[in-house]
Amino acid sequence: MHAFEYHRPASSKDAVSLVSKKPEGRYLAGGQSLVQAMKLRLSSPSDLIDLSALKDLTGIRTSGSTVEIGAMARHAEVAGSAEVKKAIPALAALAGTIGDRQVRHMGTLGGSLANDDPAADYPAAALGLGATIHTNKRKIEADKFFKGLYETALEPGELITSVSFPVPKRAAYMKFKNPASRFAMVGVFVADFGGKARVAVTGAGPSVFRQAEMEKALSAKFAPDSVAGIKVKPDGLNSDLHASPEYRAHLITVMARRAVEAALK
Amino acid sequence: MSTSLIGARVQRKEDYRFLTGAGQYTDDVELPHQSYAAFVRSPHAHAVLKKVNIEKAKKAPGVLAVYTGTDLANAKVGGLPCGWLITDVKGQPMKEPPYPPLAQGKVRHVGERVAVVIAETLAQARDAAELVEVDYQVLPAVVDAAKASKGPKLHDIAPDNTCYVWALGDKAAVDAAFAKAAHVTRLDLVNNRLIPNAIEPRSANAVYSRAGDDYTLYVASQNPHVERLLMTAFVLGLPESKVRVVAPDVGGGFGSKIYLYPEDVVVTWASKQLNRAVKWTAERSESFLSDAHGRDHVTTAELALDKDGKFLAMRVQTTANLGAYLSTFASCIPTILYATLLAGQYTTPLIYCEVTSVFTNTAPVDAYRGAGRPEATYVVERLVETAAREMKLDPVEIRRRNFIRQFPYQTPVALQYDTGDYDATLDAVLKLADVAGFPSRKQQSLKSGKLRGIGYACYIEACGIAPSNVAGSLGARAGLFEAGEIRVHPTGTVTVFTGSHSHGQGHETTFAQVVAERLGLPMEAVEIVHGDTSKVLFGMGTYGSRSIAVGGTAIVKALDKIVAKGKKIAAHLMEAAESDIEYDKGVFKVAGTDKKKMFGEVAFAAYVPHNYPLDKLEPGLNENAFYDPANFTFPAGSYVCEVEVDKETGATTIAAFTAVDDFGRIINPMIVEGQVHGGLAQGIGQALTEGCRYEDSGQLVTGSFLDYCIPRAGDVPSFKLDTRETACTHNPLGVKGCGEAGAIGAPAAVMNAITDALGVKDLPMPATAQTVWRSMHKAA
Ligand SMILES: Cc1cc2nc3c(=O)[nH]c(=O)nc-3n(C[C@H](O)[C@H](O)[C@H](O)COP(=O)(O)OP(=O)(O)OC[C@H]3O[C@@H](n4cnc5c(N)ncnc54)[C@H](O)[C@@H]3O)c2cc1C
Repeated sequence: MHAFEYHRPASSKDAVSLVSKKPEGRYLAGGQSLVQAMKLRLSSPSDLIDLSALKDLTGIRTSGSTVEIGAMARHAEVAGSAEVKKAIPALAALAGTIGDRQVRHMGTLGGSLANDDPAADYPAAALGLGATIHTNKRKIEADKFFKGLYETALEPGELITSVSFPVPKRAAYMKFKNPASRFAMVGVFVADFGGKARVAVTGAGPSVFRQAEMEKALSAKFAPDSVAGIKVKPDGLNSDLHASPEYRAHLITVMARRAVEAALK
Repeated sequence: MSTSLIGARVQRKEDYRFLTGAGQYTDDVELPHQSYAAFVRSPHAHAVLKKVNIEKAKKAPGVLAVYTGTDLANAKVGGLPCGWLITDVKGQPMKEPPYPPLAQGKVRHVGERVAVVIAETLAQARDAAELVEVDYQVLPAVVDAAKASKGPKLHDIAPDNTCYVWALGDKAAVDAAFAKAAHVTRLDLVNNRLIPNAIEPRSANAVYSRAGDDYTLYVASQNPHVERLLMTAFVLGLPESKVRVVAPDVGGGFGSKIYLYPEDVVVTWASKQLNRAVKWTAERSESFLSDAHGRDHVTTAELALDKDGKFLAMRVQTTANLGAYLSTFASCIPTILYATLLAGQYTTPLIYCEVTSVFTNTAPVDAYRGAGRPEATYVVERLVETAAREMKLDPVEIRRRNFIRQFPYQTPVALQYDTGDYDATLDAVLKLADVAGFPSRKQQSLKSGKLRGIGYACYIEACGIAPSNVAGSLGARAGLFEAGEIRVHPTGTVTVFTGSHSHGQGHETTFAQVVAERLGLPMEAVEIVHGDTSKVLFGMGTYGSRSIAVGGTAIVKALDKIVAKGKKIAAHLMEAAESDIEYDKGVFKVAGTDKKKMFGEVAFAAYVPHNYPLDKLEPGLNENAFYDPANFTFPAGSYVCEVEVDKETGATTIAAFTAVDDFGRIINPMIVEGQVHGGLAQGIGQALTEGCRYEDSGQLVTGSFLDYCIPRAGDVPSFKLDTRETACTHNPLGVKGCGEAGAIGAPAAVMNAITDALGVKDLPMPATAQTVWRSMHKAA
């Protein structure tokens, strides 16, 4: 790790203004991705602007049709939240599959979305539920947020403040874990909004993506059989030590069908 | 003291210290005038070092020195020695290329050390290390054992990258037996390369004292005396008396900390150059790149059988990957500790094994938990199970038809088993695993979309490699005895010094149980000291499950001397004949009378010799012993594994694992179970999750825990364990050793179960979900 300056601003305004003055500065949320990269000397920010004192980035609020979660909500908080469990149990369950206990008590929703790791879990929920990402400047639809490998619509210095998740009729997330990292080798989030279904796939491509054919079939009939026969094309899917594109393509179908089964349970 | 401490589940004495963070590991040792080292490592697998420019690094803040291979060569620092000379099939010595601590002229694997930067702080050392400019001329690389002989040459001394071709057994007789066989089973097997990953990374902290012109090296090592011997005699050219090696608390080794490593040499040498304490602790990434790896065999194995499934002969051809350089014991692992185990538990009368060991552009390979014996067991037990399937015999029945039942038994591959009862462990495991209930469990699994399979492994292990003279005739360049010393203090408490080393095994408890039981003292009166060359008289260290069988026996021998001297003293004190003195449970008695002296009274008399036969007997009560075993010990056992395979994804889980082992006499069953659990987890890891992978270019793909998968608790089931006991015939405790068994027996049991579930002949390890899915896909 290289040396850096540490800041702990008390308000979002201060945080944003600090970052604007430090072109090589970065926000620090749970540090579960950023600090690893710094230790490996893959990332060497000049300044770390710690978001942990920002009260306005915390909290979980439910209002009928949406659940709004602060960017600094830790994974464990979401996993254990009675409100989230009641409104969108699939979201709480997803948060509970992230990393290990220690990681879940440090890592945050905002950090996970801003980082946009191709194998991260939260992006599947954000895209699968059609969430809205609130920043210090604007609101960004999930459909327009994830741009590619570790790339989002965030502008330099833009701060995620919270995320609103629409409450579906039913939803579920099925994660086939990478045996080593326990990130998603393939994770599929399905959501049924009553005649309109969304399917988001993480871990399989350069960034999270929607699966149109499955969405169409599930919108017509939200049942396991609707997706069980859909063969996903391996083109463009990730290839690594653990899974070939063909294997990932196969797993997308299996995980999608299992997710629908789980959602219907 | 009424119940015996031998066989008791005594809580581990060391755990309080470990669990409360009071353990003292090498990295915890901070010395006055401490400085810190960072190594510049090659990013290339094979390259000529055209230029190493250290000027910028030398000027960086806090930097005390930057050294390269040239500096070490100029200072006449030698290369690292190999501790075992293998003589090849033509009677020629193996090829021993130089292994300089810092690269000279060329680098031969990713992670090889090119330079070292020593600075006031660790951060400064690491920052400056980035400023070392190395001009590499990249060469083509070879990483696969099977391709090595045709690959680019690593060392001038070995033009075809072959270290040796070695063989054991009567080839002509074996070939003749194959020609007459009713059935031949053949398997092409790969024993996957593993990366050890002890929880504590390697670490070394050396300090030079001008006052004594001597060095102290704290190092995470499994055998400090061997480390000292190799470093002083072969590398630094110093008398042993000038180097003290301390291996304090060590957080696991699994073999990877047996060896003398370049970093240890460099910090020790540099400590004198700088007159500073120099510390280096590996980052996890460095561990992946530069700790000695394990296994990595490519094998063709054949078993010849008669029509009734009796084994007639075995023929094995193995290519073993030694990596880029010869690590300390690399050469003996795929030979002496592998081919000699190919008889397994069976009466196979003829065995021939030929081993070609090769250099490749990968990290050196050496002993890793089991060391040769897991590879041998994998060959034997995969062959046996496959033969049973091919001949439509029950895999249990085929084993029974071939078990050795008469002991001592001379195998055709040099070893002589002293004792065992293979039916006993097999019978017990069949019951404990409820093998009879397997068909119904299989049906049950099918209902939830899972294929269930069952697999067996009956392993044999040779522990406590011995005797020294035989090992010597086979090429060992070291003795294989152990030393122990008993120091009785004037008040009757005891300090025991052992040349064994504990890095997780619990010696401080097990050895204390032996001593306390033998002397009839409470556990608290016995302290075990190990790991410091200036305290312990000598030691060969801990590996090959040798601690209790060899180290424990040395202690028992010294205890016998203590009791013998104690009797002399007691006889004097009680004015009785020495031959009338009996010693029992801490009391010296005159036979047939009620006269007695407590152990503490006798000890006190030895140190305050007022009433003492000074004319005939030296004062004091302190004895030591060196013990060189007459033979290996031969633990053996039977394992049964049941797996469930998800038909859709290929994901495989261990549904049940049952192990019945014969470790001879057991001192502490709780500690033994812990050893078996750990060994099984590592064996299951090899079979299901762990596989070191290099790209063809020589880059390590599995260079972190993001890609290299060691099993977690959730990956292994709750093990069902039991033991059977045939006491070792040639040591006084009747013990055999238990440290490696699980890792030796498990891979074959797991792979036999998976191939049973899938109905395929073979599958490569690790059987990851993708591998299993592909196999089903092909079959479908
Ligand atoms: C051992 C381990 C296992 C893991 N397993 C999983 C897993 O199974 N699934 C999974 O999804 N993830 C996993 N993670 C990653 C974990 O979830 C991280 O917490 C997450 O990816 C990043 O969140 P963070 O709060 O730690 O962000 P940080 O590491 O602090 O920051 C990450 C990036 O986001 C930026 N950032 C942070 N907050 C904001 C904000 N509010 N606005 C704008 N930018 C911001 C930072 O500047 C940085 O660039 C694992 C991590 C570890 C260490």
